[in-house]
Amino acid sequence: MGALNHKFNENILITSLDKLLNWSRSGSEWYFQFGLACCAIEMMSAAAARHDLERFGAMPRSSPRQADVMIVAGTVTLKMATRVKRLYEQMAEPKYVISMGSCSNSGGPYWQHGYHVLKGVDQIIPVDIYIPGCPPRPEALIEGLMHLQKKMREEHVLEKKED
Amino acid sequence: MFWKRKKTDVTEQEIYADLSKKFGDKILEFMEEGTHNPTVIVEADQIGKIVSYLKDDERFQFDSLMNLAGHDPGAESELSVIYHLYSTELKHYITLKVFTSREEAVVASVANIYQTANWHEREAFDLYGIKFDGHPDLKRILLEDDWEGFPLRKDYVPAEFYRGMRIEKVK
Ligand code: SF4
Repeated sequence: MGALNHKFNENILITSLDKLLNWSRSGSEWYFQFGLACCAIEMMSAAAARHDLERFGAMPRSSPRQADVMIVAGTVTLKMATRVKRLYEQMAEPKYVISMGSCSNSGGPYWQHGYHVLKGVDQIIPVDIYIPGCPPRPEALIEGLMHLQKKMREEHVLEKKED
Repeated sequence: MFWKRKKTDVTEQEIYADLSKKFGDKILEFMEEGTHNPTVIVEADQIGKIVSYLKDDERFQFDSLMNLAGHDPGAESELSVIYHLYSTELKHYITLKVFTSREEAVVASVANIYQTANWHEREAFDLYGIKFDGHPDLKRILLEDDWEGFPLRKDYVPAEFYRGMRIEKVK
């Protein structure tokens, strides 16, 4: 919403529009499945029958063009990091990033002597939600998605999301 | 049935003795103590000939290269490459080992004898910087092409940045 940034004052129309957009956005967190290592198994199991992410409207997408949320689940190697950045740039606004697991939060078990691992995906792309754990259980991922929903509901259409 | 086939009686000592007879001083040493498997140490530039002899000979029939690995025991010592051979016909094993210098690490390739060796040799090249003479397509397999250095060498020091990304965390 960069073009409309602070062009209008808040009024009943704008706030209703806010509500509508935030409600629809937070109700359909289509996530870009970014399974990079073991954490991806937990992401898959969160999407599968027992935990069933789709009841929150979260659906896995394989293309950055269709996704709203990027769940970086796993070890971001330096080789992959360039691809992560490019795929993030290909996502349409508004876009959000969840960093799942110690590896993408901070390098995880590779925080030292990991010559090939990026020490935290927030070095290359802005992260909205961090989920700790190695790996985080599906419940933790669901909580992360719910925190993101909360964040989405507080957004204003006329203010640009700061990175 | 293949699992009922009798194990042959060829021992590692006999293989070593036969190799010594055939290749003379190209076969350097036979190690039994201090290793997991009895190991024959051979000259680095002869490994191709030795391996194809072991593969084609009726008595040995080593038709499978189970593993090929680079090894660096320490910053002062020589690099080595280890070959684990197995005969699916006769059910016996042998381990071969070659040494090569750290500055100019060159070993003869076995990729045209065992297809398996193609990627294994690329991995050893990628991580240890061992060049395989005669390999059809020797380039990095895991790391990016513009990576500098060979990270599994004991004296490897990670760079500070890779394409603008910091590698080690600052405390
Ligand atoms: S945080 Fe743990 S479980 Fe997740 S990718 Fe890293 S090592 Fe695997």
